[in-house]
Amino acid sequence: MIARRVVRWLDDRLAAAPFAHTTLNRVFPDHFSFLLGEVALYCFIVLLATGTFLAMFFEPSVSEVVYQGSYEPLRGVTMSRAYASVLDISFEVRLGLLIRQMHHWASLLFAGSILLHLARIFFTGAFRRPREINWLVGVGLLVLGLFNGWAGYLLPGDTLHGTGLRLGYAIALSVPVIGPWLVFLLFGGEYQSPQILSRLFVAHVYIVPLMILGLISVHMAILWRQKHTQFRGPGRTQTNVVGEKMWPAYAAKAGGLFFAVVAVVGLLGGLVQISPVWLYLPDTPAAVTSPAQPDWYFGWLDGALRVFPAWEIQAFGFEIPAVFFPGVLLPTLSVLLLVMWPFLEARFSKDTGPHHLLERPRDRPLRSAIGVGLITFYGVLLAAAGNDVYARTFSVPVLQVTNVFRVLTLVLPVVIGFATFRMLRSLRDREISRMSEGAVAVAGGAGSDD
Amino acid sequence: MKGGPAEERAPRLIALSFLVSALGSAGLGIVYLAGGHTQAEGLMVGIAFGGLAFGLVAWSKYLMPNGPFVEERDSLSSEDHEREKVAADFARGGRQIGRRRFLGWSLAAAMGALGVAMLFPVRSLGSRPGRDLFETAWADGIRLVTSDGEPVRADELAVGTLLSVFPEGRTNDADAQAVLVRLRIDRRTGGRPGAQAPEELVAYSKICTHAGCLVGLYDPRSQNLLCPCHQGAFDAADGARPIAGPVTRRLPELPLRVDGQGFLRAAGDFPEPVGVGFWNRGRS
Repeated sequence: MIARRVVRWLDDRLAAAPFAHTTLNRVFPDHFSFLLGEVALYCFIVLLATGTFLAMFFEPSVSEVVYQGSYEPLRGVTMSRAYASVLDISFEVRLGLLIRQMHHWASLLFAGSILLHLARIFFTGAFRRPREINWLVGVGLLVLGLFNGWAGYLLPGDTLHGTGLRLGYAIALSVPVIGPWLVFLLFGGEYQSPQILSRLFVAHVYIVPLMILGLISVHMAILWRQKHTQFRGPGRTQTNVVGEKMWPAYAAKAGGLFFAVVAVVGLLGGLVQISPVWLYLPDTPAAVTSPAQPDWYFGWLDGALRVFPAWEIQAFGFEIPAVFFPGVLLPTLSVLLLVMWPFLEARFSKDTGPHHLLERPRDRPLRSAIGVGLITFYGVLLAAAGNDVYARTFSVPVLQVTNVFRVLTLVLPVVIGFATFRMLRSLRDREISRMSEGAVAVAGGAGSDD
Repeated sequence: MKGGPAEERAPRLIALSFLVSALGSAGLGIVYLAGGHTQAEGLMVGIAFGGLAFGLVAWSKYLMPNGPFVEERDSLSSEDHEREKVAADFARGGRQIGRRRFLGWSLAAAMGALGVAMLFPVRSLGSRPGRDLFETAWADGIRLVTSDGEPVRADELAVGTLLSVFPEGRTNDADAQAVLVRLRIDRRTGGRPGAQAPEELVAYSKICTHAGCLVGLYDPRSQNLLCPCHQGAFDAADGARPIAGPVTRRLPELPLRVDGQGFLRAAGDFPEPVGVGFWNRGRS
């Protein structure tokens, strides 16, 4: 049999038979929410494949050309080579527009699936010992993924790109003491240095993807070593994993999920227009668009810039610019909170033991309430990024809309978090009292898992 | 494997979805050869991959052994004596190195020097910030031109309109650009002593002092300049004072004068750094 010969040939060189045996028989617990991380991985594969294709055609250059391609309305217009090459990808290269739109859609789904995966891990307590390291790796992947989305969003050289780039420049410049040096080294000089496009390109297609690839490898290796968590259920304990075997059932399902992700991205890329840069027009120094909104996963940051009060600190001739608080402090604190969470929770709950059984949100009302409150906070900020659109749609002054959002940003997370806490606690208490009455068997219940 | 009708129908269903997938791939080929059509391509990609996805998942679900199987977990902590061994290994190596203390110090010095040398390539990435953030290309006597390079006459701008202007010969200059506005005559601030240009003509830096977007909107009724990015508003009739939104500072005003032929010229650079704040902005 051919399989036996291949195994023998490889094992004579690697002695990998025992490893391969455990690998093929590894058991994976089955729950739909465990697929979110996989979806993120498959989106990344789609991004690599489509991005490689796009990189064959894209020119990261701001030098000017007069457009002579087949898109009639822009013929004869002077534009950057970058913008012209994106038009060529869209109008001259066969399959080019599909692949460009697939790339953009996949990036939106990538960010979405990472964030949903993060929420799943958070609300089920999957970050607890021994999985703190993988939580940190995941936070790194989140930051890199979002950064690369921003970098890619800027590459085409349309007017939205100019706006996004100005914001990045302003945020970097606002960092106290090192700000001016930071922007001059990162951007190559004062805005808008001609080098910025090639730098973004190198970061977007080389440095950051390589880092993401490295971190994904670590993420999976640790998952492999530690085995997946599982929800409570009959026969499931701290010391076992119950589910289906890697080979063939799980592998077939995972392959199916990969193809499903590509199918969805393909349908979106073909049927739902995204980022029609030919309508945004080429970026010029004086060009600005209104309304201007970033891709959804940076909406919270844009919203924060809109609703944060007009504060700047002046002392001894030095200043902390207004942008610093929403643009630098808020993201830094957000990442810091994520990094610290497993350790903070272990410290305050005095729970430092190993956990392989997941909790349901109601098992930890306080954690879940904080999580829901945080999601509300970032959700309100995301909604606030549309304050100009609401003002125009409902014919109210934008200042009033902004003020409403200023209040909502502070009030809504607390209210919804508190309501979540009360609801989950009563759910839990009812369950515990039913169990203590002996009406319900142990299966699926709450309580200590070790 | 599961019994029942699902198991009997499953193989046919799975084969059918693989067939649909193959048809999708063939369809993609046909669309491609016919010259391409984005919507049809996306549909075919969806069918080709979707058929595979459905078939594989159904195959796994209905025809492959799903268990549940049980695998035991190993402890993720090693035995104490193994940890002790690792600690002892490290300590032994450390003692072997530590015997030559001066070697350790010279190694640290060499690594430190190398670390500093490694900063040189980073330093090459950009020029020294210097005065760039504090100055623009404007100077006394430079004519105001539009983005097309046309010089601007003092009398050509209608009341209530806004014009983007650049220093002559520098229409690509991102930080020097300004907005020229002709205010209504009832300017609230009153006359300015020594003004060399018509008082209803004002030019402000176009770069928002909040986050560096371009202040490109003007509401002639309220005479407010608006930034489209974060909805900051400035009162153009009152020295571009911030009146709403997240902005904290005025837009710097470009001093203007009119030359003998009626063209607008700058009477100097902006009196303060333009654009977004930075920590030593006040130390110009």
